[in-house]
Amino acid sequence: MIVRVNVNGTWREADVWGGASLLFLLREHLSLPGSKNACEQGECGSCSVWLEGQLVCSCLVLAAQADGLAVRTVEDLSDPQGALHPVQQAFVDAGAVQCGFCTPGLIVAVTDLLERDPVPNEATIREALSGNLCRCTGYAKILDGVRLAAATQERSR
Amino acid sequence: MSTPPEVLELTRRGVGENTPRIDGGPKTQGRFAFGSDLWAEGMLWGHTLRSPHARARIRSIGIAEAVASPGVHAVLLADDVPGRRTYGLEFADQPVLAWDRVRYVGEPVAVVAAETPELARRAAARIEVDYEPLEAIVDMEAALATDTPRIHDHGNVLRHVRIIHGDPDAEAEIWVEGYWETGMQDQAPLGPEAGLAMPADDGGVDLYVSTQWLHVDRSQIALCLGLDDDRVRITLAGVGGAFGAREDVHMQIHACMLALHTGRPVKMSYGREESFLGHVHRHPARMWIRTGASYEGRLKVWRQRIVVDGGAYASSSSAVIGNASTFATGPYLVPNVLVEGTAVYTNNPPCGAMRGFGAVQACFAHEGQMDRLAAALQMDPVELRLRNVLELGDAMPTGQVLGGSAPTRRILERIAALPSIVEPATPPDPVLRPGGANNVTRGEGLRRGVGIAFGFKNIGFSEGFDDSSEARVRLELGPAGPVAEVHTAACEVGQGLNTIITQIARSELGIDDIVLHPVDTQVGSAGSTSASRQTYMTGGAVQMACRAAASRAFDRAAQRGVAIGDEPRLDDGWLVIDETPAVTLAELLDRPIEETAVFHHRPTTALDEHGHGEPHMQFAFGAERAVVEVDAELGLARVVHVDAVQDVGRALNPRSIEGQVEGGTAQGLGLALMEEIQVVDGSIRNASFTDYLIPTILDVPSVTSELIEEPDPESPYGVKGVGELPTLVSTPAIVAALRNATGHELNRAPVRPDDLVGLNGPVLGNPPPPAPDVPGPRAVPHYVAGEGAPS
Amino acid sequence: MDVLRPRSLDDALAIKAERPEALPVCGGTDVLVGINFDRLRPTALLDIARLQELAQVERDDGVVTVGAGVSYTRIMQELPRLTALAQASRTIGSPQIRNRGTVGGNLGTASPAGDALPVLAVYEADVLVADEAGRRAVPWHGFIVDVKRTTLQPTELIVGVRFRVPRGPGSFSKIGTRNAMVISIAGLCLQIDEDRRAVRIALGSVAPTIVRATDAERFAAERMERAGLWDDPSATLDDLDGFAELVGEVARPIDDVRGTAAYRRHACRVLARRSLAWALADRREAAR
Repeated sequence: MIVRVNVNGTWREADVWGGASLLFLLREHLSLPGSKNACEQGECGSCSVWLEGQLVCSCLVLAAQADGLAVRTVEDLSDPQGALHPVQQAFVDAGAVQCGFCTPGLIVAVTDLLERDPVPNEATIREALSGNLCRCTGYAKILDGVRLAAATQERSR
Repeated sequence: MSTPPEVLELTRRGVGENTPRIDGGPKTQGRFAFGSDLWAEGMLWGHTLRSPHARARIRSIGIAEAVASPGVHAVLLADDVPGRRTYGLEFADQPVLAWDRVRYVGEPVAVVAAETPELARRAAARIEVDYEPLEAIVDMEAALATDTPRIHDHGNVLRHVRIIHGDPDAEAEIWVEGYWETGMQDQAPLGPEAGLAMPADDGGVDLYVSTQWLHVDRSQIALCLGLDDDRVRITLAGVGGAFGAREDVHMQIHACMLALHTGRPVKMSYGREESFLGHVHRHPARMWIRTGASYEGRLKVWRQRIVVDGGAYASSSSAVIGNASTFATGPYLVPNVLVEGTAVYTNNPPCGAMRGFGAVQACFAHEGQMDRLAAALQMDPVELRLRNVLELGDAMPTGQVLGGSAPTRRILERIAALPSIVEPATPPDPVLRPGGANNVTRGEGLRRGVGIAFGFKNIGFSEGFDDSSEARVRLELGPAGPVAEVHTAACEVGQGLNTIITQIARSELGIDDIVLHPVDTQVGSAGSTSASRQTYMTGGAVQMACRAAASRAFDRAAQRGVAIGDEPRLDDGWLVIDETPAVTLAELLDRPIEETAVFHHRPTTALDEHGHGEPHMQFAFGAERAVVEVDAELGLARVVHVDAVQDVGRALNPRSIEGQVEGGTAQGLGLALMEEIQVVDGSIRNASFTDYLIPTILDVPSVTSELIEEPDPESPYGVKGVGELPTLVSTPAIVAALRNATGHELNRAPVRPDDLVGLNGPVLGNPPPPAPDVPGPRAVPHYVAGEGAPS
Repeated sequence: MDVLRPRSLDDALAIKAERPEALPVCGGTDVLVGINFDRLRPTALLDIARLQELAQVERDDGVVTVGAGVSYTRIMQELPRLTALAQASRTIGSPQIRNRGTVGGNLGTASPAGDALPVLAVYEADVLVADEAGRRAVPWHGFIVDVKRTTLQPTELIVGVRFRVPRGPGSFSKIGTRNAMVISIAGLCLQIDEDRRAVRIALGSVAPTIVRATDAERFAAERMERAGLWDDPSATLDDLDGFAELVGEVARPIDDVRGTAAYRRHACRVLARRSLAWALADRREAAR
């Protein structure tokens, strides 16, 4: 079936099988492999995107359910010249990236958190990111990255 | 000639600095290509049909309906394997595709290539396999009984290791018994098994795959495809974590077969459930220990029986039991030792390499045993360890003398010097208590506990294996100045190896511009990304190749009349002689300089029939103290803080090392509290992230790392491998803390809420099984001809 | 696999009448897992995620109606004073899951581990279902009849839940072997109903369906009566252990891959004791 989705500001169209998830649409039809397929059951958050401005696991949304709606992915966060979004830069600076498979999902979740709560405390950060699994870092430098991003964004306000 | 600067700027972003990851930016943008992100024009999707039985005969396989399914381009069986039908890391005992029988649930039986993943799945569902199920052997001790059916022709023992040192029947004043168990842990890397195979014009194949060792993959693939090595070209695709799961071949041969058969590129990317079935796991272990000591706490006798469940195929189980046995007595001096370690076959899913590789199981047991001895002696646990700690020059039970560097006493003293834990002034946010946001306590039943653990691990491959690494460095003049291209086959899996290589090249060549050639088989083997060895070995190869290139530059300068003196070096783009910049590197690069080097570590030897030899080439030590908070009524726990002290030799990138300590600690926490592959009748019951639980951000503690740098005189820059140690010591430190908080014995990892509440007592093992009567000391298939013979 | 996309509830009910085998999907947190894991291959999916009629939260004279399509995130934001329901919502999954998951989905899946379900039981909620012919209200205990089985007819859709807001403290707690994102191995919801002088307790994950611990409820209410607690929140209750024992007796848990029966029963007793103690402490606090 044909689905038409506004992805990162541009309307895109693809012919997908009915059971295809939004994640599959993005990765296999729209050449946007930034969102990752680590578990495909909503446990790991590596597929996190915004659907109509809400943070969701794209593996749990049917492509068909996104028809006519706006989706924003990690690819939208850095500018066309490749300059990193402050959250991305903070992750690199804090050493929060190891294998990188969880990273795009975390970047999206952290960006979402800081938009809603610019100076989150430790408990808030941990609860907000409890849906993003990381196997490499033990989360320590991810927490550093979030705090660094929050501080950077505070300073530039 | 250029005018020399007044002051040399030190080479930046070189060895010793917290250089940011060179691939960090692209990874945050989602632009870094993992194996599962690959795409090629005209590509087909591969899918695997796997056995639902743990043990069965295959009577027939009907593929007519599958072949006729929509969008299908190939359905392949064992008869379609062009070359050797089996593969394996040490023994080629594992069928590419099963033909007359299956030995574990999940064993591949057929592969399909189709236009889409869904079409491939539907076609695979139409393959008709007529199985005759047989009684499966699913208990490791039952596998040892003589009347048990044989899983392989040579029996159910893969290897038995015997280590005898001094007089195991010596006397002691006090004796402590212990039975210890560890469950089957999974590496659970987030990135699934994935790759893309492209058929080539020369009849060969180009494979892009997420893996740990290109060349060993290649030799197995080539043999199975019936091709020469040079017709199988492998390039590393981005790896989403490995931890040992990528050491065995997974989809490589399947994808290549399908690509060669269809003439089209074929991609395979496992889903999470298939990933659990499709890679090896950590060996479950049972360990019986009897320790004798003096009343002053000096260890006298250590007798240990170990059995590990290797599952259906050999994988690297022979080396794992070697490790579990050689590390059984821990980093302690014991004059009289008997260790008997057996790796058995069962019809359970195959086990193999996972971070820690046998030493994790050993450390859980020896640390629990030492704590039990400390309690019996009413001695402080750290004090007991200080009285027995191995030091340089000490002989281990294998007879190997501890060399290199060994800041063992210093590590324990740092642990002892940690400030006592203090209850926080204000209660933490409820979300940070055991149970997290599940609203189970308002403070009731909460108790804190502290525990420590100390361990050691080999770095690099053991028992005579020469796991060398090759690096090629090409130094030439680019548009912006000198640039060096470094080419290795070393697999970056997220640990930061590529960044280390870049730092080394910068420091050795005194230039900033380093380019990494894609990691592929066009250069010689770098050995495996495992055994915490790559910084040492590939770092060593890169250093060697860079120094050879620098030497060539010095020669050129000399030929041009420059007096190069005794110790010329390259720094900040200059050839520096007696601390004076003499000539720019750029001026010497009218032609490129290219050097290739192969780096070897000191030789090791196999174990003899007494378990003696020099099996390991480097040892690294580490300890952790864990503070936990336990809800004693509900049996829920939260690890509050971990202090880690680790022997790193020389920290080439301290922040990356901290990343290994923090990440390894989280994996050890998983084994302590929540991670277990549950196998019932040979079948994995929790092959998903819903029921195989790995720690979330609400489960992990803050971690403070202290890196002890006592350089190893023999290694490049004095480095020691770092990746596995934190995984070894975190589990026993956390379980010790849980014992301290609850007063329960806790002799099994993972600990369950039932255990913390005290609903059951400790796990009672069976009496230790007698040592099997099999040839040794190497793995049994070495002594037996036939299908299981060494690959 | 067809995906049918009705534009209104009437549309959806008409489709359901014509194609009763069509599987409704809203937040997708259960259905998509089944599809992704190749376990569910319905001939048709009925997407009800965007139906406005299912997205309403209504309050009318002490009665709340929550549409089947209202996400847990919205429940936490819009109904924060329904403490038990808000707490249960907070324990579900992750922020990503809570933004999509719904009470309607919990009911449709009908797993005994569904975290919203014990709350519906203590709220004595009615499940509102509709078909082309009209609507009916099914009491919570008449809707889910066994593990993953409901009395929903093939031509019907769940449209919401409705309950009278109880006056008094309540809480929801759940046990999992990890501190976040975990399927409940035991869940307990407790609610004080001041107006009826009743205590209601429901257990999840310890029986094929949600169970109310009615003996324990009577025991607690009587003990509160005896202690004069209904009129004087500062009085003390004795025999919390007796109460906890009665709650534990109602649990009929099994051993499975997530936990043992013995532990689950034990956990219910502990949670029961704690939940009642919290409710009494909250009453004391509120009375000050």
